[in-house]
Amino acid sequence: MQATTPSSLASVANNREQRVPGTNLLGTGLETRGVHAWFGKKHVLSDVSLDFAAGTVTALIGPSGCGKSTYLRTLNRMHEFIPTAALAGEVLLDGQDIYAAGTDVTKIRLKVGMVFQKPNPFPSMTIGENVLSGLKLAQLKKSNTDELLESCLVRAGLWSEVKDRLSEHGGALSGGQQQRLCIARSLAVEPQVLLMDEPCSALDPGSTFRIEETISELAKSMTIVIVTHNMQQAARVSDYTAFFLSDGGPGVMVETAPTSKIFSSPTDKRTEDYVTGRFG
Amino acid sequence: MTLLENRSAAIPAPREITTKPRLSDQIFRAIVTVGGMSSLVILGLIALFLSIKGFNVLKVEQLSFITESKWEVLQDAEGKIAESTFGLAAMLVGTFLAAFIAIIVGVPIAVLSALYLTFYARGSVKKFLVSLIDLMAAFPSLLFGFWGFIVLMGSAEYWAKLLNKYLGFIPIFDVPAPIFERSPFIAGLVLAIMIIPIVTAISREIFDQTPLDRIQAAYALGASKLSMIRAVVIPYGRGGVVGGAMLGLGRAMGETVAVYTVLNVVYQINWQVLFGAGGNVASLILLKFGEAGPDEVDALMAAGLVLFLLTLVVNAISDILINTFGKKGR
Amino acid sequence: MTQTTIPSPQTPWATSFQQRLNTAGLIALGAVLAGVAVKTTGLSGKLGFAVSFFFIASLLIFIQQLRLRDMAAAKDSLLSSFASLAIVLTLIPIISIVSTVVIRGYQGIHFGMFANDMTMASVNDPVTAGGLLHALVGTIIMVGVALLISFPIGLLTALYLTEIRGKLARPIKFLVQAMSGVPSIVAGLFILSILVIPVTQELTGLMGSLALSILMIPTIARTAEEMLLLIPNDLREAGVALGATQWRTVSGVVVPAARSGLVTAVILGIARIIGETAPILLVSGGADALNFNPASGPMGSLPFYIWKAFLTGGTEEAYARAWGGMLILLILIISLFSLARYLSGRKVA
Repeated sequence: MQATTPSSLASVANNREQRVPGTNLLGTGLETRGVHAWFGKKHVLSDVSLDFAAGTVTALIGPSGCGKSTYLRTLNRMHEFIPTAALAGEVLLDGQDIYAAGTDVTKIRLKVGMVFQKPNPFPSMTIGENVLSGLKLAQLKKSNTDELLESCLVRAGLWSEVKDRLSEHGGALSGGQQQRLCIARSLAVEPQVLLMDEPCSALDPGSTFRIEETISELAKSMTIVIVTHNMQQAARVSDYTAFFLSDGGPGVMVETAPTSKIFSSPTDKRTEDYVTGRFG
Repeated sequence: MTLLENRSAAIPAPREITTKPRLSDQIFRAIVTVGGMSSLVILGLIALFLSIKGFNVLKVEQLSFITESKWEVLQDAEGKIAESTFGLAAMLVGTFLAAFIAIIVGVPIAVLSALYLTFYARGSVKKFLVSLIDLMAAFPSLLFGFWGFIVLMGSAEYWAKLLNKYLGFIPIFDVPAPIFERSPFIAGLVLAIMIIPIVTAISREIFDQTPLDRIQAAYALGASKLSMIRAVVIPYGRGGVVGGAMLGLGRAMGETVAVYTVLNVVYQINWQVLFGAGGNVASLILLKFGEAGPDEVDALMAAGLVLFLLTLVVNAISDILINTFGKKGR
Repeated sequence: MTQTTIPSPQTPWATSFQQRLNTAGLIALGAVLAGVAVKTTGLSGKLGFAVSFFFIASLLIFIQQLRLRDMAAAKDSLLSSFASLAIVLTLIPIISIVSTVVIRGYQGIHFGMFANDMTMASVNDPVTAGGLLHALVGTIIMVGVALLISFPIGLLTALYLTEIRGKLARPIKFLVQAMSGVPSIVAGLFILSILVIPVTQELTGLMGSLALSILMIPTIARTAEEMLLLIPNDLREAGVALGATQWRTVSGVVVPAARSGLVTAVILGIARIIGETAPILLVSGGADALNFNPASGPMGSLPFYIWKAFLTGGTEEAYARAWGGMLILLILIISLFSLARYLSGRKVA
């Protein structure tokens, strides 16, 4: 990877079109209030409060084991998938706590979609079935599934490549195409928020570029939170960046600011050390 | 060919790396290899010796050994054997009948139990249930047979009467006489209870291997447990579960003591599963062996050979299915 | 950094007490309605109650989920109802079998039975007459001899599959699997056809051991293979890298490291054959007298003792005797199984 200096990253961040919260009518977005997370007795995340304004892209950066992926998974209740998991605090979607008693977890996951680190299309389904699998899984009725199929694949930037092979199996695609298929699959249930957990870490630079293009397109119509190890990626795609760190204890959110500020003039010394590549 | 030859001129052939093992290793490898072949040798010997002993009978009866259903040894006045006919068909029918009842009753319960253990039970409850079911798989067939005879028979007879009362218009649920004790239906139920722990264990292992990322992907799309299982677990585990069911089928077809105990072994073709008469190949061998003369022993050996080959085929299919689908998925 | 108070961990997704109470209430209501149904309609008896209870309770939970949530959740509740039913149906026989053996077997047990054989008693005598000493001794001898034959063969097969990994590894694995599916009566017939009829013409304990070995070898081979596969490859490579021969590596490093696993394999092998009845009935003769010599004369065994008491007796005393023997057999199997669990649980998480 090429050497990164704060100024070069900051210029990358400055060169992109900045989205400003409130200019987009997509609801009030996602907020977290004092989120803590545990696995068994181990306290892995401490007191994170962050706002994700509707229609913005926020990158979560930080060294491995800083709790950023755990935090991401609390946002659509995939955290509880791990049997020993526990949590404190609130996650508000349109002002409603998604952990409130009586909340239907499947409905939350429909509103807050997720793309995983490794592309994971369903191998028993064709490309077309994969895109529409969310409807079947959540037992939603939709007319015009053909239109939906096309629009999801177009938005995920995959339509032109697969439009003639929709009945092939998903496993026949390349890694990057599979990941865009997974994005298209998330879009089919029309989520307000899309969470991405290092979506490019298993991909080559070309595929990474295509995914980043897709993210920029999607951000016009939804809120995106992306965990990434790649600071250049954070600078290229995000409006806001939050820096997470663990000093051996639970991970904390050190600093959050507009992306250009994080990379040009961070307030915290630890952020500066990290973005200039002194550790991490 | 010419292309290859041209190439070989330019690119050197890979060197062969050979290490001559030391003498101790050569001996070690030879002994282990010989030991490793034991299963091949034993299975080969079983087929060979049962064929040799059964040859006389098979030569006389030929194909009618498995198509005819008459098993008779007629003696003349001095007690010598005057005439004998050996046809296994009735017992083959009985073998399949009881085994299929076992599969039809046992497999759905086993697969649902495996789903329960994999996706509902948690922590120590799961551990305890898994141990208990594995333990049940180790119970001797003698125990299942006696329990079936003493405890299950009464209830099963009652269920059989109900089936006959309400579904008696279907030929297989009809009975020629109201004798509901010791029927193929009851033998099938005992066999079902015997194969449930086996099929549950195999299905559970396969469900446990379902790739986590696919399960997560389904849940992240708002799936309920049911729709996740239908979209991810079933396509992944289907082949392995069928293999497990086949393994259970093989076990049920070869069962001797339990069937002998609960079934009224009578040499006749009986399709009416609720009627108290029937048998299977294994229980016939046990029943007839005690008083069999040399000729009939040969016939029983031939019957053993048929049973051996039958279970071998079923086990082979099951093994292929479990190994193909258990590892890759899809 | 200021030390803020850390809130206590919570699991808001866990089923709440209130929800559990609601479900329990619905199940109880289902039981009551099923009781009413049994009283008022043609459904009768335990079966009628069980069937109507299950369907009414599932339906109530289905409707509750449909009202509180949606159709998807309601269908989901059906799967959990059926899965719970299945596990209950699986557990009922286990509980019934174990309790039957314990309750009935208890009456057939007395201390004298471990000191006497059946030469002076008939199966129909009171259970205090005679005993199962000969059967216990016979079973121990036959299983012991079978183990002496099966363990080396099973271990070599496992070593071939894990250490040599020759071209034939896959077919051998398949054959071992196929061998474990050989019906036990066929194992007995085979020993008859290859040894008893053409050679010895005598039913002895040794013949029983040989027949049992055929059933024991695949169990030992498969378990031993699994246990050897758990030994990390580094250990093998470390041995070879030090210049040791493969023989030294396997005998000095791999096998000792898998020791408790191999003990587990032996125990499971014993548990597999200790209750085998069909081959014993064919080839070991079955005796009522004590016989310490496996090479000559018929030999008694626990399964034979139980079988004889059960099938030739017909009196209450004979049944009690059979169940008493069954209880001893079951205690042996459960102890062996628990020991295997304990040993393999220590090694593997």
